[in-house]
Amino acid sequence: MSAQHTPPSPRLRAAVAAAATSSLLVLTACGGGTDAPVGEPEAPSEPVDLRMTVWTADEAQLELFQSIADDYVAENPELVSSVTFETIPFEDYTTSLTTQLAGGNAPDLAWIFESNAPEFVASGALVDLRPLLESTDGYALDDIVPSALGLWEDAEGLYAYPFSTSPFAMFVNTDQIAAADQTDPAELVASGEWTFDAARDIAAATAEDSGKQGLVVRDFDYQTWENLATVWSGWAAAPWSEDGTQCTFTEPAMVEAMTWIHDAAFEDGAMPGPGTTADFFAGDAAMTITQISRASALDGSFDWDVVPLPAGPAGKQNVVGQAGIGVFAAGEHPDVAADFLAHFTDPENAEQLAAYFPPPRASLLNAETLADANPSLTAEQLQAVVVEGVEDAVTKPAHKNFAQLSETVRAELDALWTEDADVEAVLTDTCSTITPLLEE
Amino acid sequence: MATLSAGNVSAAVRRDWLVGYAMVAPVVLGALAFVVLPLGMVVWYSLHEWNVLANTFTFVGAENYGRMASDDGLADALLASLWFSIGLVVLNIVLALLLAVLLNQRLPGTTTFRTFFFSPVVVSLVAWTIVWSFLLQADGGINGFLAVLGVDGPNWLRHETTAMIAVIIVQVFKNVGLNMILFLAALQGVPEELQEAARLDGAGAWRRFRSITLPLISPTILLVSIITIVGSLEVFAQIDVLTGGGPGNSTTVLVYYLYQQAFRFNEFGYASAIAVLLFVIVLVLTLLQWQSRKRWVFHEV
Repeated sequence: MSAQHTPPSPRLRAAVAAAATSSLLVLTACGGGTDAPVGEPEAPSEPVDLRMTVWTADEAQLELFQSIADDYVAENPELVSSVTFETIPFEDYTTSLTTQLAGGNAPDLAWIFESNAPEFVASGALVDLRPLLESTDGYALDDIVPSALGLWEDAEGLYAYPFSTSPFAMFVNTDQIAAADQTDPAELVASGEWTFDAARDIAAATAEDSGKQGLVVRDFDYQTWENLATVWSGWAAAPWSEDGTQCTFTEPAMVEAMTWIHDAAFEDGAMPGPGTTADFFAGDAAMTITQISRASALDGSFDWDVVPLPAGPAGKQNVVGQAGIGVFAAGEHPDVAADFLAHFTDPENAEQLAAYFPPPRASLLNAETLADANPSLTAEQLQAVVVEGVEDAVTKPAHKNFAQLSETVRAELDALWTEDADVEAVLTDTCSTITPLLEE
Repeated sequence: MATLSAGNVSAAVRRDWLVGYAMVAPVVLGALAFVVLPLGMVVWYSLHEWNVLANTFTFVGAENYGRMASDDGLADALLASLWFSIGLVVLNIVLALLLAVLLNQRLPGTTTFRTFFFSPVVVSLVAWTIVWSFLLQADGGINGFLAVLGVDGPNWLRHETTAMIAVIIVQVFKNVGLNMILFLAALQGVPEELQEAARLDGAGAWRRFRSITLPLISPTILLVSIITIVGSLEVFAQIDVLTGGGPGNSTTVLVYYLYQQAFRFNEFGYASAIAVLLFVIVLVLTLLQWQSRKRWVFHEV
């Protein structure tokens, strides 16, 4: 039992210190990241292997990426010998990515979540892509919808390509709604009466009839609170000011929106309470707010429809989820990686990628292009939900200190998810806790 | 050996030494590379501010340690760890001892029960915890069972106290079997003649347990309490799967807090300092128990 360690001799200690120091030198030396722009790559002494981390494990998607990459390798044998797409599970994605960076094993390219965008952009971890994309023939950088780029820009620089700009929409289980004798949401959309209150009432009545759940904000689960942005945006509410310095959880719009959410869960029975999981796509719920790309999870076991997000008291606000691809300065060949990115996302390949990821390019944002890619959706649905859904859309909350904010707000909001919570008091507490983090 | 100097050692003895060194080399080198070196590196990192994204690694001296003093989150985490450890250690040892005493009988079926209680030890920790997370849901198995009894069960993982109780119980059931086996082995080493002599002297069951069994198994109690306390301070997976540190930060124990600082907030330097703190806490607690053994551990007197 006695875990006896003999005290190390002085010589040993010196050796350990030397080993520790040298491994650190290696770590720091292989970084040296700059956010200097990258230009046309010079041919490396021998072709390089590129690695891109992604969070999708969908084989069809990975196959498409690989085929685009293979074309690039065939065209540029002197630059690149192979491109690997490495899947990291969605839940641990950013953690694993930063661990790779910490270990001095940065990927050449990586998908980046929108919520981490300001942190990555401001840190200097990514290279500026704008000069290269502007100078690449046929890339048509100005075809990209400017609002899609906002999150990924810093002054003049552009640090990632928003390959997916996917609107949030409401999926509805029309079987359950019809069985409960409720109005079809599509009719309410047509008559302009599609509001959050209407959705709540339908959800509550349907849940009561079906014995299942009503309205599920997907992936929220009383943890990932930023997904509630799809609801509170209808109240024109936001967690913090545009510049990220002021907490706005206590603004009347946010208090009203959070009260609505709280009551929908705890009084009206319209949303599942904490600790209850309900998967819309398995037929457990009447409706769900999620991204349009989840349509592929529908297997035809029930009749469904997809409609735009309902309007709140402040009107209808489109919300999109974004994901970007950036090139790491700490990678071994940022210039080659950036050149590959220019190929991967050029107009032609962007059209291929549109099969899975709504593209940020104006020329591709039309129902015809998208219909080829999304056979399960009708042209009307695509027009209403995707094409119009990205207009003037806001993204989910993002901040350069997002990781800490996300965790802190989650802990504070836990007090809100009980039956007798005082919404205003909880939000006031939340603001006083996160204000120092916002000012950092 | 110490009196031998290099001058008068024969070649044969030297060869013996060489063989000896060669034999222990794999173990010593392994320990150096995988135990001592990482430990030294953690201490080294803890003296730096390390921003992984910006790729900066700056020496800040004891700043990370100074920051601990004013970190409310750390104080909360220490408190949560304290509650968790107390709950776990007390429950685990009492239950393990109770089971061991019950199963230390020559009755038909005891082997089945031993296997039954030991089996969670060999189950994958994460799989075990995920199953429990389903059971602990508001409409999960446990509340379903309570409803049959007419009791309205709480939403276990969503209230601060019940969440802490839940993670403790999940951990106790997972590991109690191992401690039970250790206690069983010790109980079977208690000589029957001592028990019999005491019985003839008129000692009751409780008296025999307290005055004969407990002192004789006290070395095992020491062993079990050391591994249980160390294990309780290093709990992570259950917290991550069941509560994510919530509700609020009621189940954010020290290791989970460390994980958040390092891998969520990218504060690798500060997290390393917390790791050093955890190391010191575990070391001090273990040394305290080791020193106190003279007072209560039988064989050590």
